[in-house]
Amino acid sequence: MRHILAVLVENQPGVLTRVAGLFSRRGYNIESLAVGQTHDPEISRMTIVVDGDDRVIEQVVKQLEKLVDVINVRDISEAEHVDRELVLIKVKAEPKVRGEIMQIVDIFRARIVDIGHNSLIIECTGDEGKIKAIEKSLRPFGILELVRTGKIAMVRGPKYEEE
Amino acid sequence: MKMTGAEVIIKALEREGVEVIFGYPGGAVIPLYDKLYDSSIKHVLVRHEQAAAHAADGYARATGKTGVVIATSGPGATNLVTGIANACMDSIPMVIFTGQVALSAIGRDSFQEADITGITLPIVKHSFLVRDANKLASIVKAAFHLAGTGRRGPVLIDLPKDIQTAEAEFDYPEQISFRGYRLPAEPSAAQIYQAVKTIGLSRRPVIYAGGGVIASGAAKELKEFAEKTQIPVTTTLMGKGAIPEDHPLSLGMVGMHGTYYANFAVSHSDLLIAVGARFDDRVTGRLDTFATQAKVIHIDIDAAELGKNVRPHHVLNGDAKQVLQELLSRVEIPQTKEWLEQIAVWKKEHPLSYCQDGDKIKPQYVIEQLRKLAGEDAIVTTEVGQNQMWAAQYYKVSKPGTFISSGGLGTMGFGLPAAVGAQIGRPDDLVICISGDGSFQMNMQELATIVQQQLPIKVIILNNGYLGMVRQWQELFHNKRYSQTELIPVPDFVKLADAYGIAGYRVKRPEEVVPALEQAINHPGAVIVDVVIDREENVYPMVPAGGTLTKMIGV
Ligand SMILES: Cc1ncc(C[n+]2csc(CCOP(=O)(O)OP(=O)(O)O)c2C)c(N)n1
Ligand SMILES: [Mg+2]
Repeated sequence: MRHILAVLVENQPGVLTRVAGLFSRRGYNIESLAVGQTHDPEISRMTIVVDGDDRVIEQVVKQLEKLVDVINVRDISEAEHVDRELVLIKVKAEPKVRGEIMQIVDIFRARIVDIGHNSLIIECTGDEGKIKAIEKSLRPFGILELVRTGKIAMVRGPKYEEE
Repeated sequence: MKMTGAEVIIKALEREGVEVIFGYPGGAVIPLYDKLYDSSIKHVLVRHEQAAAHAADGYARATGKTGVVIATSGPGATNLVTGIANACMDSIPMVIFTGQVALSAIGRDSFQEADITGITLPIVKHSFLVRDANKLASIVKAAFHLAGTGRRGPVLIDLPKDIQTAEAEFDYPEQISFRGYRLPAEPSAAQIYQAVKTIGLSRRPVIYAGGGVIASGAAKELKEFAEKTQIPVTTTLMGKGAIPEDHPLSLGMVGMHGTYYANFAVSHSDLLIAVGARFDDRVTGRLDTFATQAKVIHIDIDAAELGKNVRPHHVLNGDAKQVLQELLSRVEIPQTKEWLEQIAVWKKEHPLSYCQDGDKIKPQYVIEQLRKLAGEDAIVTTEVGQNQMWAAQYYKVSKPGTFISSGGLGTMGFGLPAAVGAQIGRPDDLVICISGDGSFQMNMQELATIVQQQLPIKVIILNNGYLGMVRQWQELFHNKRYSQTELIPVPDFVKLADAYGIAGYRVKRPEEVVPALEQAINHPGAVIVDVVIDREENVYPMVPAGGTLTKMIGV
C-alpha cells in the first residue's frame, strides 16, 4: 500500500542526502519526495510517498525517526488530508487545436502560463487523479515535456504538531 | 575566550575528559596536531588509520568510554571507513575527527579531498562538516552526546583546514539537545506488567542476551533476573559476558556456531526474552523456522530494532539496565524446573567437544588452556574466522567487557588494533589477542605501535595456513575446492616478532602448548605465540547459512 509521510527536518545541508540515502540503503521504494522550507525557516517539510506493507512502513518511519536531523515523522495516509501536486505540461498546439486545448484546461481548472509558436505550457494543480486525467486528455495533442513536483499533503483540521 | 579552531577542539576534548586519542597525522590536520603537542591528552600513533578506528573501538569496549580518532583528509579519512563501519555495526561509541581541505577548496577535487561525510553517511550515527569555527565547541559537545547516549555509535566531524586556524569563540555548552534526537521514555507500567505476566506463565523461557546488555552495564541485573526467575540465558557473540559462562543457567552462544543446547533451547522455547539483541541472521538462521513456538519479549533501546526482523509480542523500548530493574521489581516466577531438566539432558548429551589426541594441536585445546591460565580478568580480543568462533565457544567469559570481537561486520584485522586500544584503556590487565594467520596479516603493522607504546599484549596466532573459515565452507559446501584460501607461504611470525624486537615462540606439539602460554603470560612484554594447529580442523556445531537452528552439522 502507498503511504504518505509528512516529515519535518532541520533545514540544513545534507539532510536530503541522509533521507534519500536511508531509503536506497534499506531498499525502500520512494514514489515521490517533495521538500521545501516551512513557515519556520529553520525547518523544512518533506512529503514522501512510499510503497510498502505495514511492517515496511513501520520500519521506514522508525529509521527516519532515528536520523538526528529528522524532527518528526507522521504517516498521514489514514488521516483526513488534502494532497496536491503541481504539474507543468508543454503540449503541441497548432493554432487550429488551441480552442480544444483551452476547453480541456477550463474543465480541469488549469491555466495556460506560456504560449509559444506551436506549443502551450499548462499549469495544473490537483490530487493524483486529476493530474492523471489532464495528462491523459492532453496526450492526443502530443505532450512535449512534463514536469511534476511530487505530492505535498497536509492533514485537515488541527495543527500538525498537536496531533 | 578567543582562540583558534584547533585549540577549541583540544579544549573541548579536555572538557569531555578524553584521556587518549588514536590517530595519524597529515597535511589537513597539522594545525590540530600542533595544538595537541601542548596538551596533556595522550596520543597513540598507529601505523594505519584503520587501526586507529579499531583501537579506539577496542578502547571503548574495554573501558565503556567513547573512543576518539584523528585522521587527515582524503586517504587518511578513507582508510578509516572499515573501522567506522565496524563500530557502527556493533554500536560502539566513537568520535572521529577527519581533516578536510579548506572550505573554499571543497568540491574542486583538491589535493587529498574526499567527501568523507558523504562516504560514511550509511555507517555513522551522525556526522558534521564544520563550516563555522564558532560552532566547533557545540559540535564537539554534540558529537560526544550523540556517540555515547541511546544506541551508541560513531560520530564523525569533518574539519576543513581553515576552520582549524580560524579564530573562534570557546563557549563550551554544559548540555546540548536536538529536537530530532530523543532518548526513549521508560516503558509504561502496563507494558512491564504484561511482560511480567507473560514471563510468569511461561514454562520454557529463554533469555537471549546481546551486546546491549554489555553496553548498558546490565550484566549484574541480567544475572539477578535469570537467577530469580530460573530462566536459562544464551548470548550472542556480542553478548558474551552478559552472564558468567560457567554459571549453571548459561547456555553459551546461540546461532550458526552456537551450542547444541542453546540452539535447541531457543527452538523449543515458549518464550524468548531478547535483551539488547537484534535477531541477526547469524543468530536466527532461517527466520520462518526460528523459535516458532515462542512468544517474544523484546527489550531494546533502539525502537527501530523492535519488529525489524521478528515480530515481538511485547516490546519494552528502553535501556536494558533500567528495564531489567523494572522487571526485577515486579517479577513473577515461572515454573521452569522441568525445562531446566530437559536442558541439562541436552547439555549432557551434546556438549561442545573435540578430541586432543595424536600429535596435532587442536585449536579448541589451546583456547581452553589459555582461558585457564589467563584468569577471569584478562581481556581477550579476537580476529575473525575459525579463531573467533573457537574463542567464542571455548573461551568462557566471566565478566562483561572482557571479550572483544568484531560482531556485525566480521572484520579481519580488528583483533590486533583492538587489543592495542584495550591495553591502553586497561593498562594493568592482561590483554590477549586470539588471532588467525590470515587476519593477523591484515593489520600486523600495528606491532610497531605495540612496541612504541610498550604494550605487553599477548598475540596467540592459531596458524592453519588457511583462510580457515572460508576453507571450511569450501570443504562442506563446495566439494573441497579450496579456491584461493591457502595462505602458504605464511611468514615466519617468530622472525617477524624478532624484527620488531618482541618475543616470539613457535608451538608445534600439544605438550608444548601450556608451557608456551605460561611463558607468554609471564613475559613482561609483548609476545607472539605462533601455534601451528591441525590444519583442517573445523568449527562445530554449525548451522549452514539460512538453515534451521536445530539442523546442526557436526554434533
Ligand atoms: C576484511 C575481511 N575480508 C574477508 C573476510 C572473509 N573471511 C571471513 S573469515 C576469513 C578467513 C580468516 O582467516 P584466518 O584469519 O586465518 O582465520 P581462520 O579462519 O583460519 O582461523 C575470511 C577471508 C572478512 N571477514 N574480513
Ligand atoms: Mg587461518
